[in-house]
Amino acid sequence: MARHNDEYIVKPKRRLFKRAKKLNRSMAGNTMLFVVMIICGLAMVVPLVMVINNCLKPLDELFQFPPRIFVKNPTLENFSDLFTLMNDSWVPFSRYMLNTVIITGGGMIGHVIIASLAAYPLAKHNFPGKKILFSMVVLSMMFSWQVTQTPQYMIISWLHINNTYFALILPACAFGMGLYLMKQFMEQLPDSLMESARLDGANEWKIFWNIVMPNVKPAWLTLAIFQFQQMWGNSGSTFLRDEQLKPLQYALNQIVAGGPARAGAAAAVTFIIAAVPITFFLICQKNVLETMTSSGMKD
Amino acid sequence: MSKNSEKAVSGEMLTAEAIARKTGKLSYRIKKNKASYFMIAPYFILFFFFTILPVIMSIGFSFTYYNMLEMPEFVGWKNYVKLFLEDDIFLTSLKNTLILAIVTGPVSYFMCLLFAWIINEFHGWLRAFLTLIFYAPSICGNAYVVWNLILSGDRYGYLNGFLMKLGLLDEAQVWMKTESYVLPMLIVVQLWLSLGTGFLSFIAGLQTVDKSLYEAAALDGVKNRWQELWYVTLPSMKPQLMFGAVMQITQSFAIADVSLNLAGNPSVNYAGATVVTHLLDYGTVRFEMGYASAIATILFLLMIGSNKLVQKLLGRVGE
Repeated sequence: MARHNDEYIVKPKRRLFKRAKKLNRSMAGNTMLFVVMIICGLAMVVPLVMVINNCLKPLDELFQFPPRIFVKNPTLENFSDLFTLMNDSWVPFSRYMLNTVIITGGGMIGHVIIASLAAYPLAKHNFPGKKILFSMVVLSMMFSWQVTQTPQYMIISWLHINNTYFALILPACAFGMGLYLMKQFMEQLPDSLMESARLDGANEWKIFWNIVMPNVKPAWLTLAIFQFQQMWGNSGSTFLRDEQLKPLQYALNQIVAGGPARAGAAAAVTFIIAAVPITFFLICQKNVLETMTSSGMKD
Repeated sequence: MSKNSEKAVSGEMLTAEAIARKTGKLSYRIKKNKASYFMIAPYFILFFFFTILPVIMSIGFSFTYYNMLEMPEFVGWKNYVKLFLEDDIFLTSLKNTLILAIVTGPVSYFMCLLFAWIINEFHGWLRAFLTLIFYAPSICGNAYVVWNLILSGDRYGYLNGFLMKLGLLDEAQVWMKTESYVLPMLIVVQLWLSLGTGFLSFIAGLQTVDKSLYEAAALDGVKNRWQELWYVTLPSMKPQLMFGAVMQITQSFAIADVSLNLAGNPSVNYAGATVVTHLLDYGTVRFEMGYASAIATILFLLMIGSNKLVQKLLGRVGE
């Protein structure tokens, strides 16, 4: 990890943009890339700006010709409409939120613990079968969940966990990418760290919990965030039949499905759906990027 | 047999040779690593039930007729024959998926690399901000439904409004209901959504490239940033390039939700149908599990095959 070495060197003054004095950097090239960045950045950000502006628009501005991106008379009406609709729902809205907390929380915590537990031996121990197990995990990242969706549905009904929280939590705990990222990150821990603990008589479980886990904090934050992104959008309608078990996402989709009359509330919903995962990422960006430095695949 | 020999060994003095023989044995190595197996057990039990077993089942059921009520009935290659010879919608959706994958896969990969590379020239909060802007669309859940407003078929749609204001259009264009526009529009939206995990991996990877390599390269005659990129940066971040490729390829073959939400289901003349939407149709609506399994198996082979192929190609970068 080159970054750690840098810390002993006196840090140069932080700049927003490397000047042309850097090796092989011309001012013309910098300007060109800057322009490219502005244009592409704008293109990327416009739909998001629309999401933000739409949720603040009063109804007449939502249906305006010609359409405008920016809001003229911002109002929080859409959100109060949304709350009114929420209060009218058949199942209390707090219940949907609780379900979401249980499902995403369970999936996040379960995944981080189970995947880290499996990642430690894969990264640091040498046992028969290790290579083939890990290559299966890597292989599992090469196809998407839709491939396994249909048989998964059968397995879940055979296990009789259909229509319970477990139907969503258990498959989520075994996602391949989390284990992969965790294992790659743990591989960078120096072996001496564990060796000295072993000499002190600590067993592998203790080493895992007291030494390895505190040292891979960025990785478990990353796993939690990625897991959250995966689960946040899941309305759970395939596995959950009881209205009382369904997550927030499902209820929000129902509100949006109400048609043009609910355009305002729908705009508020879209904003909430987008804002939550983006905020989480914003808070943990540094940790995520630190974890991703070791994400590379060696063959 | 092995027990006897073990007893014999323990009866004798343990010579160095005997110890070596004993520790080399598979059963001994498994026993010695008991803790490791206990640690990986919870994950791999779940992994078996929800990933490995489904893949095996999917391949197995693809040779049967199965509706989840009656016992599966073996039908041989019939599902596959039907898919490729009789099911026109499948062929359309396969064509669409291949077009989407061949366009969005490489383009999004290149975009990830390009933007990560440019972002790497920035520092401090500006870098963090740019990373967020480019990454945000991929994590904003189904907020891409905002594209419904942009591509809306009436004159309240942003694209229509914009083009009519510029005088390029006389009347509103029904974008997502016109067959020839569906795929290009899906490609645009998918590209907007595609700067995901691979992109982050590139950004992180670029930061780890050893700085002294650039100085050495400059002495060796590397003159500009493009040569630097090709001769120094890309070869040193090969592992990230591999990881990013896996992410982008898998994503580009799995396009479905965007199509369902923007083009509708079924879309106009199946212009937006993809292998995954076809799979969802048979797996979750018609409950023809055998047939759905055959579609899933083809998708599986497509994804794994193209991933392996690209891994091989990327293995040559910088050589």
